[in-house]
Amino acid sequence: MSLLKVENLDVRHGQLQAVRGISFEVREGETLALVGANGAGKTTLLRAVAGAHQPSGGRVLLEGVDVTAVPAYRRVALGIALVPEGRRLFAGMTVEENLQVASANGRPGPWNIERVLDAFPMLRARFKAKAGNLSGGEQQATAIGRALVTNPKVLLLDEVSLGLAPIAIDLVYQCLETLIASGATVVLVEQDLGRVLRVATRVACLLEGRVVLEGAAAQMTREQITAAYFGLNRGAGRQSA
Amino acid sequence: MIWINQIVQGVLLGGYYALIACGLSFMFGVMRIINLAHGDLAVLAAYLVWAIVDHSGMSPFLALALVLPLMGALGWLIQRLMLERSLRSGMLVPLLTTFGLAIVIQNLLFVQFGADSRSLAPAIGDLAFDSWSIGGQIYISHLAGLTFLVALLMLGGLQLLLTRTPLGRSIRAIAEDPDTAELVGINSRAVYAAAAAIAVMTVAVGGTFLGMRATFAPYAGPAQLIFAFEAVVIGGLGSMWGTLIGGIVLGVAQNVGAQIAPNGFLIAGHVVFLGVLGARLASGNTRRRIRALLGRAA
Repeated sequence: MSLLKVENLDVRHGQLQAVRGISFEVREGETLALVGANGAGKTTLLRAVAGAHQPSGGRVLLEGVDVTAVPAYRRVALGIALVPEGRRLFAGMTVEENLQVASANGRPGPWNIERVLDAFPMLRARFKAKAGNLSGGEQQATAIGRALVTNPKVLLLDEVSLGLAPIAIDLVYQCLETLIASGATVVLVEQDLGRVLRVATRVACLLEGRVVLEGAAAQMTREQITAAYFGLNRGAGRQSA
Repeated sequence: MIWINQIVQGVLLGGYYALIACGLSFMFGVMRIINLAHGDLAVLAAYLVWAIVDHSGMSPFLALALVLPLMGALGWLIQRLMLERSLRSGMLVPLLTTFGLAIVIQNLLFVQFGADSRSLAPAIGDLAFDSWSIGGQIYISHLAGLTFLVALLMLGGLQLLLTRTPLGRSIRAIAEDPDTAELVGINSRAVYAAAAAIAVMTVAVGGTFLGMRATFAPYAGPAQLIFAFEAVVIGGLGSMWGTLIGGIVLGVAQNVGAQIAPNGFLIAGHVVFLGVLGARLASGNTRRRIRALLGRAA
């Protein structure tokens, strides 16, 4: 059985329909990468799965249980955690407090603050620093750690490399690859196709709110994804690789 | 020596202003609501304490212990039934909502208790007029000293709550970013309601001290709101210790103003308030201009 299942999800921003009937499944231990141009609906889709946007149609199921109407804060306790685009840390609070506030509301499990500090050693020296004073890489590590201390069953990562220096991206991805190798279930939104093909088990490409290409990462080529990304196969419908 | 005395009395008066203002500051800091019913809630608490004291003869401090949970429940209800709904409609609607609430409280108090002024001073015995002499014609009233001490304890308690407890961290997280707070598992509705309950409980303490140091009547709330608002603006909206500093600055300005001219008490306070507000606005504009210039240069 799939751990996370999205069925015919529609999400609107007022008059604009950002997500149109998207369906996908993620099995335990899988990493699904969502790729697509800006405005394709990736962030909206992740936020709808996390409960931050109420869908106008369709369902979100976690371990077969319909959580579509469950508010975002309760989805965290059920095992869905989102690392939002732009990190969205509580800037006036310290790294420690950012982790504490999430840890207090999560599920019991192996992840605690100490384990986050082991996973992201760069945070140890900055533990008492205000999150707003951290570098981009440190902020991203804190944001991922903040999601991890809730012990999610599914970790949703939205553009973790956005706005980071290359060296910071490498550090964050080193940690992510270790996390994925340990069996974490991840849904990842990312623009960097090279990294996507390296870490993902499966890839889904979104265009104008729809999935236009989906398949195993190992069977996809960069050219296939790029063509779907820019809508060069428009009219071909949803393709499987 | 007169000037020193006025400054000392101003500092002590600032303690009262901080006491009455900390709930206003707390509520703004968390929910970004300027509660225009703040002063009226203080007067309502004073009336509740007075009614219990009048019927039972118990100490106002014991009566306050009974009133605190009632006011906490009222704060919770106000948040859940009124503010929560009005907050969805932008910044202006909560202002109008609390303005309406203020009018309702004033008129209910008028209907129930009439227009006569009341005071809790007769119920606190010697505390109402005893004082310590600290030499050179300078006296510190026991009640003013106690008020200042309670203000320190309450602001310190709120600061500890915000920094050392899970509830406090949740409150600060929501104050910074309510959407993201929900995404880390915080039930913002419950936390907002708890914060409103705490804020209204602090108002009850302020209202009780108002009743002990002065008289109050059903329409006395707006005057308390003005002093509380001035203290909060001078000290910085949402800052706990800033509220104490704001209260002290206001109290000292009023007492020094009263020493300069008989009607200078209120005017001096308002002038300092307007001066600080103007300076903050001007520095904000300057910062924006500098940022715009730097942006253009980049």
